[in-house]
Amino acid sequence: MADIVVKTEDVVKEYRMGSNILRALDGINIEIERGEYISLMGPSGSGKSTLFNMIGALDRPTEGQVYIDGQNMSQLSQRQIAAFRCHRVGYIFQSYNLLHVRSAHGNVTLPMIFAGIPEKQRNEKAEQLLDLVGLGDRMYHLPDELSGGQRQRVAIARALANDPSIVLADEPTANLDTITGREIIDLIKRLNTDQGVTVISATHDLKMLDVSDRIVDIRDGLVERVRNRDEIDIEVGEVGGEGH
Amino acid sequence: MQQRTPIEEQIDLPFVESLRISFQSLKIRFGRSIITTAGITLGIAFLVSVWTNNEIGLALQESGRQSAINTFEETTEKGISTKDIWLIVMSLIVCVVGIANSMLMAVTERFREIGTMKCLGALDGFVVRLFLLESGFQGFSGALIGALIGTLGAVLLGLKDYGLDLFFYFPLLPAQPEDGTMRLGVIVVILLGCILGMILAVIGSSFPAWRAAKLPPAEAMRTEV
Ligand SMILES: Nc1ncnc2c1ncn2[C@@H]1O[C@H](COP(=O)(O)OP(=O)(O)O)[C@@H](O)[C@H]1O
Ligand SMILES: [Mg+2]
Repeated sequence: MADIVVKTEDVVKEYRMGSNILRALDGINIEIERGEYISLMGPSGSGKSTLFNMIGALDRPTEGQVYIDGQNMSQLSQRQIAAFRCHRVGYIFQSYNLLHVRSAHGNVTLPMIFAGIPEKQRNEKAEQLLDLVGLGDRMYHLPDELSGGQRQRVAIARALANDPSIVLADEPTANLDTITGREIIDLIKRLNTDQGVTVISATHDLKMLDVSDRIVDIRDGLVERVRNRDEIDIEVGEVGGEGH
Repeated sequence: MQQRTPIEEQIDLPFVESLRISFQSLKIRFGRSIITTAGITLGIAFLVSVWTNNEIGLALQESGRQSAINTFEETTEKGISTKDIWLIVMSLIVCVVGIANSMLMAVTERFREIGTMKCLGALDGFVVRLFLLESGFQGFSGALIGALIGTLGAVLLGLKDYGLDLFFYFPLLPAQPEDGTMRLGVIVVILLGCILGMILAVIGSSFPAWRAAKLPPAEAMRTEV
């Protein structure tokens, strides 16, 4: 039996702006298996970030249910939601969202402070994670003193602080150049394969295609189609072939 | 593997951790903290100078000094004139609005930070406590400096009006002259100024922080300033 980590049931999200109602998600049904690398693809404004927010419990759906590890998210208390964000999910954003008053190290320790991990232990873990993402020599720099790629590495280290089972990434490469973006994708992929973390990434970066197990195409708040690994390979091949 | 284990309840942060985080935040954004604190300092300095000036005027007027009476030509009777009341009320309003505004700005530009902290597992109460601590500290230090500056200003003005007699009749302590009215005295005015500045700063910051903390993180992080 497949081990489903994330399941959405007819998720609808409407934004009210004055008298207008904008239906950003129009009934999304997806199931994501543990250990998968899933890319949510779609043009800008198609609803990727909105879906990202629903899966990550960063906002509530207008209708429908989100289940994580079999738990109905709408039935959790405030404290459970906070604990869920703290322990179960690591978030990576397009604009990094580092706390600019805390060093790289301070950003990575913060989720562990919220988790109540003793100081010595969390300091060691932060050092270890920053080493892992290749920032061992810049641990005590403030985010403002780091490049975009380095900031995203800090964000990745921070996302991993409490050993989440899911990493959610919203266009993690959109603010980076091609080479840096590639490095970030490889890093995230490595977490997926080496540590078995489920990765759900919103993107319109085609570099993400060949690391994804499945691609969910989103258009106008609906799942347009779901492509598997083997179908993707063929398409990537075709794209590659056209160039010659 | 934490598979299918029920989701636990988030713990409260020890007070010391909150204190450390808030001080670190004040330290790193020192420049910005100083500007916010300066807003408090100005408001309280204005209020305390007007108030102390008034206390000095009344005290010297009661001492029966000739020059004092001359300065109080507009005074209809003994006691606080309408003009002085108006001045104090005005300075109080300026002080309230100024501090509320500077705290509100300081919180608004940190909505994204609030949303991010909630993504990392912060409880709403922690966010509010963080801002309470930061603004309480800023409020107290800003108001204390403001009260001292205000007093100094009032003393200089008093020296110009009354000369060295000022120190002889200086209304440092609370007093109750024969007419039965109550004089607060400068020390109490300074104290009240400090308390007022701190309360205004704390309310002015924790109320918007509380509203931001209640927002879903997605919404808090959308705010661009
Ligand atoms: N908080 C919001 N208020 C109003 N409209 C929103 C909000 N968030 C997103 N939208 C709208 O919902 C639609 C989907 O947005 P989004 O999920 O951000 O798309 P994507 O991430 O795919 O670019 C867009 O039309 C966007 O303008
Ligand atoms: Mg988006």
